[in-house]
Amino acid sequence: MGEVLQAVIARIDPYFLQISVNIGIAIILALGLNVVTGLTGQLSLGHAAFMSIGAFTSALATIKLGLPFSVNLLLAGAISAATGALIGYPILRLAGDYLAICTLGFAEIVKVVFLNLELTNKAFGLSVPPPKSAIPLPIVVWLAALLAIVAVSFIRNSRFGRALMAIRCDEIAAESMGINIARYKVHSFAIGAFLAGVGGGLYAHSLGFINPSDFGFLKSIDILGMIVLGGLGSIPGSVIGAAVLSTAPEFLRFMANYRMLVYGGLLVFLMIFRPNGLMGGVNLKELVRSWRS
Amino acid sequence: MLQRTMLQSTKGRAMMLQQLINGVALGATYALIALGYTMVYGIISLINFAHGEIFMVGAFVGLLMVATFKVNFFVAMLIAMLVCMALGVLIEWVAYRPLRKSSRLSALISAIGVSIFLSSLAQMIFGADAKGFPDSAFTMRRIHIGAADISTLQLLIIGVSACLMLALEFIVRKTRIGKAMRATSEDYNTAALMGINVNMIISFTFALGSALAAAGGVLVGLLFNSVSFNMGLMAGLKAFAAAVLGGIGSIPGAMLGGLLLGITEVFTVAAGYSSYRDAIAFAILVLVLMVRPTGLLGRKIQKKV
Repeated sequence: MGEVLQAVIARIDPYFLQISVNIGIAIILALGLNVVTGLTGQLSLGHAAFMSIGAFTSALATIKLGLPFSVNLLLAGAISAATGALIGYPILRLAGDYLAICTLGFAEIVKVVFLNLELTNKAFGLSVPPPKSAIPLPIVVWLAALLAIVAVSFIRNSRFGRALMAIRCDEIAAESMGINIARYKVHSFAIGAFLAGVGGGLYAHSLGFINPSDFGFLKSIDILGMIVLGGLGSIPGSVIGAAVLSTAPEFLRFMANYRMLVYGGLLVFLMIFRPNGLMGGVNLKELVRSWRS
Repeated sequence: MLQRTMLQSTKGRAMMLQQLINGVALGATYALIALGYTMVYGIISLINFAHGEIFMVGAFVGLLMVATFKVNFFVAMLIAMLVCMALGVLIEWVAYRPLRKSSRLSALISAIGVSIFLSSLAQMIFGADAKGFPDSAFTMRRIHIGAADISTLQLLIIGVSACLMLALEFIVRKTRIGKAMRATSEDYNTAALMGINVNMIISFTFALGSALAAAGGVLVGLLFNSVSFNMGLMAGLKAFAAAVLGGIGSIPGAMLGGLLLGITEVFTVAAGYSSYRDAIAFAILVLVLMVRPTGLLGRKIQKKV
């Protein structure tokens, strides 16, 4: 099984393979943030912190414990989710932008702590050995991305997901309908952190090297950009936003030095012309139906 | 233990005074930047992430004036303020005004787009390495108060910041346009109904905030003798933290928050935890928000049904 898959992967162009892995990881990260910010309406500017917790947990689990990759990723997700729930309890009481700055502050603190920790090799960063898994990494990434899409779709259409969306629309109305706001918020935060942790674990092993500085403010913003660009709360939107923004630096590679300049300008223009995101207000089912008729 | 024994001696007291002045000087620059965040937030509820880059542009314009055109330091600061005023108004006009009716997150992403655009533009024009002011920019002398060793540069920073903040207080409290600003931040729609030209007020707010950030940029550039394309990011985040710490939307809150962060940061470094200096601002912020969820001087958010 493993050899066959290895052989298949070996036939694919490595450049294309790397891009598809990047897209897969971005999809997982974006979906996680979409649960927190898109569905529950809690602006988080510190998603990369959970990603870094997952990345370092997973890297250390491979280096020190030699865990198989699937257990390793679950552990990364679980520790990240536990941290998310732990800090979620006190800070989710805060309203709107106070919450946003707190998540940002938390992310900066996590970054600085990792930069000073002996275990994470301080500012030098960690080299991550290849994962212990028979299945090649790209396929693990695609499977995980697929699972994440299915899981978040289920969440969105479940009783739990409707409760989250009710909180987004109006907290007081939701509370008077018997929704325990604090609990649901913490749960959504933990789910978002879990996906970020898994994404971080995949990121660490796909890149082979991680440094705490890679998970700074700009990384969080990158992920936020994906879900806003795709359309908040929309799952196809998150997927498309993740695909577009994670490949944008590749598309723009021919511009060399102008790349980030154009990227910044592009963000502004996309927001002005599609303020609700590419897929905002677009219902996929109805779109398909209107094409058929 | 070491600190305690040091505190007891006179040398320790002088050391405290010196660090305090360091902290106030740093905090004053944070406060200058934080004011722009808080004013813009007060009026259109937007976290203007491009504000840190305006601070960076201000520093570069000041450097350019002093190093290339050999103008006086104060003139350079004035020119930087004027350039950034125009830049702030332009950014609002291009990137935020079309989004005023759409969700706040879209405007936030647009602000981040502007921020990435400006910092990469600065990197292209001025290169990736940090630049320093020429020595002739400001002849620094050291003053001794007791055993404390204080540079005139720090006094200059504190003085200039205090003057600018007083001027801002005057504009906001005593002038007609300041009254209109306060009215707009109180209630945007009602202010418009009362015949206030809201668009003009928003442009004016951006101009004021940007001018203060530019002044902060020139002063910080001089203080650390380093101007670089990415100086706006961390300074912007910390200033934003200062604004939230004081209670976002509140002008005295931004000043208080900035000073508090500056002083704590300097004392953290003095106590030997310099590698944690970037985290301390945020740790204080998170702790304060636990106790006072709307910042030190922020208004309580009333929940309405």
